[in-house]
Amino acid sequence: MTAVAQHTSTGLDNRKLGFWMFIGSECLLFGSLISTYLVYHGRSVSGPTPDEILNIPLTSVSTFVLLMSSLAMVLALAAVTRGDRLWTRVWLLATAGLGLTFLGMQAYEFTTFVHEGLTIKTNLFGSTFFVLTGTHGAHVAVGVLWLLTQFVRSLQGKLGPEKAINVEITGLYWHFVDVVWIVIFTVVYLLR
Amino acid sequence: MTTPVMGHAPTRASWGSRVWSWVTTTDHKRIGVLYFVTAFSFFLIGGLEALLIRLQLSHSGNTLVSAQTYNELFTMHGTTMVFLAVMPLSAAFFNYVVPLQIGARDVAFPRLNAFSYWVFVLGGLFLNASFLVGAAPNAGWFGYANLTSSQYSPGLHIDFWVIGLQVLGIASIAAGINFIVTIVNLRAPGMRLMRMPVFTWMTLVTQFIIVTAFPVITVALVFLMFDRFFGANFYSVAAGGDVLLWQHLFWLFGHPEVYILILPAMGMISEVIPTFSRKPLFGYAVVVYSGMLIGVLGWGVWAHHMFAVGLGPIAESVFSATTMLIAIPTGVKIFNWIATMWGGRIRFTTSMLFAVGFIAMFIVGGLSGVMHSSPPADLQQTDTYFVVAHFHYVLFGGAMMGIFAGIYYWWPKVTGRLLSEGIGKTHFWLTFVGANLAFFPMHFIGLLGMPRRIYTYDPALGLDTLNLVSTIGAFIMGTGMLVFVFNAIWSRKRGVPAGDNPWGAATLEWAVSSPPPVYNFSVIPEVRSRIPIWVENGMTPVPAVPPEPVHVPPGSYWPLVAATGIIIAAVGAILKTLLVVLGGGAVLVVAIYAWALEPFEI
Repeated sequence: MTAVAQHTSTGLDNRKLGFWMFIGSECLLFGSLISTYLVYHGRSVSGPTPDEILNIPLTSVSTFVLLMSSLAMVLALAAVTRGDRLWTRVWLLATAGLGLTFLGMQAYEFTTFVHEGLTIKTNLFGSTFFVLTGTHGAHVAVGVLWLLTQFVRSLQGKLGPEKAINVEITGLYWHFVDVVWIVIFTVVYLLR
Repeated sequence: MTTPVMGHAPTRASWGSRVWSWVTTTDHKRIGVLYFVTAFSFFLIGGLEALLIRLQLSHSGNTLVSAQTYNELFTMHGTTMVFLAVMPLSAAFFNYVVPLQIGARDVAFPRLNAFSYWVFVLGGLFLNASFLVGAAPNAGWFGYANLTSSQYSPGLHIDFWVIGLQVLGIASIAAGINFIVTIVNLRAPGMRLMRMPVFTWMTLVTQFIIVTAFPVITVALVFLMFDRFFGANFYSVAAGGDVLLWQHLFWLFGHPEVYILILPAMGMISEVIPTFSRKPLFGYAVVVYSGMLIGVLGWGVWAHHMFAVGLGPIAESVFSATTMLIAIPTGVKIFNWIATMWGGRIRFTTSMLFAVGFIAMFIVGGLSGVMHSSPPADLQQTDTYFVVAHFHYVLFGGAMMGIFAGIYYWWPKVTGRLLSEGIGKTHFWLTFVGANLAFFPMHFIGLLGMPRRIYTYDPALGLDTLNLVSTIGAFIMGTGMLVFVFNAIWSRKRGVPAGDNPWGAATLEWAVSSPPPVYNFSVIPEVRSRIPIWVENGMTPVPAVPPEPVHVPPGSYWPLVAATGIIIAAVGAILKTLLVVLGGGAVLVVAIYAWALEPFEI
């Protein structure tokens, strides 16, 4: 990809504008998933119910981890912008690591639920919960892969300040996925 | 890579390298041509399905096809015409015309554009491959739950549909993002938003609808996929699920989809009518704002597809009102087109005939649409042929007539040769008479009580004559399509060379040669008017020969590889083999990395 920004009618970078459009599209995707969860809330004809099974302290920790990853992301972008290679790598790796921690806790949560008898087949709660949080988890996984790619590019010496836009767009994605989690956490875990 | 290039690829190149240059192309014009040829082929397939449907219904108690085959025919007819014909035919014009109209050298993301095309063509082939294994989708293009559940639809029929539509959605969303960025960001100097041609405007509105509406159907399809493949309960009544969830999600997408189909055609005739009336479009700003209003209001009318499910008086009143409301901006546009013609120097070329045909037939379809907005009336019409008459008037009489107007209008720009006006007018009259003969009797057939989607009917209904008339009309339309195909082939060899601006049109695409050079504009012009060619000093001149070498992006095969990865995964889902799905995913990931890392300067 060319590093030199193209001249555009609005002055906005094409990739950034395109990515904002993608985020707009994703809002409708998660909006539909979350609406469905809300519509089906409390309509399962059999257990386990959310009250019986959700581990709020654990998920609060993983939520905190994900929120901290956003902070690391901001610091990574700041580092790459000022051309600081060491801290670029540290913060990129930290963001990816926090993301992986979140995914690990989600994997633990999912397996625990399955052991306690909640699968995608069990009831409406199982179907809506696993598809909603699973879709979000898949987004986090893609983000981790993307961050690790940036990390490798930095190790190769190909992530100078002129490529800050790449990290900025990764950041847009990462923060968006984070914000979606705040909504999901509120709707699924806190709303009773 | 900086190449001074003249015109299209050299014709003396070997056959293999010519094919390769098309496979790897990232040129928006070539991708537009690919979209057109592919989508028109699917249009003919969908048309054949329609003719089989009409043959089966030509008289009562017919046994030409079985009830099962009939279900597959109307499902694939609808799905094909919506997703594989009308949408990509519009996309062909977005690709070819929009960058030229705004004074750009290509779209914002040329490789993403190629990717959209390859996902579309492979997705379309995937969907139609269901015929080869004898399991074509058979639950209607709207696939109502819980008819689509494993219990009521065993076998691969619905699997093909649920996977195929998700794949096609990827193509549409990717193209949508690409064209929004192109139109917002790549306009020539002076091409302010309110100077953009109306076709570009309607393209922009359409892309916003695509980008926001397709995720909704994707979610509905994902739920259905989880229900069918993994035993989830989204549409399972026994588990407390609500089958209306599908209807809400589907029509929340489905009604904006209607505007995805019609707005581009409205944009096309907004170019055709001013050109052949030799007058600027009457009330340009109002037409643009009406288009935007339709795009917004289109989101608030979905439940009028569901009046028969019993939503309650308040919901029904609200959706009835919004549905009547959306008729206003639509009506405004019709008056603007008529006012444009008023007092103009009208030339009834084939393109203009199709544009006027659009107005006439769209008014009929629009009026029956307003009739549906009243819940008590709608209850009498739901699931009858009256509804079939309505949406064929707006989608064939509207969208397809508009697209044909666009085809005759831009054909000389694309090929450098005119289509025959004589053959074209034969095509128009066969189409216009055939369509009205086919679709108008359906109003009566429906009101007299014939339901949709039933493979035959009783002679006692007394509908044999009307149905036969409709079938005859369909075959007249079919003949019209053959005449068009003949015209297209004829024009390639014997069409009159067109010159830059055969119609004396006003917009930027007519300021360059026909076909345009690979770089579009030797020098990006500065635009000073909404109708730059018609007014004095409306734009800076575009020299025939570039004063300095023009950079042209190279091709890439990674978009095709990425699309292939998606299709491999889709096939794996049909085979229910995880290894194949993962293999497809791996191909996709490799292609994305190669794509991101290959040197590609735009």
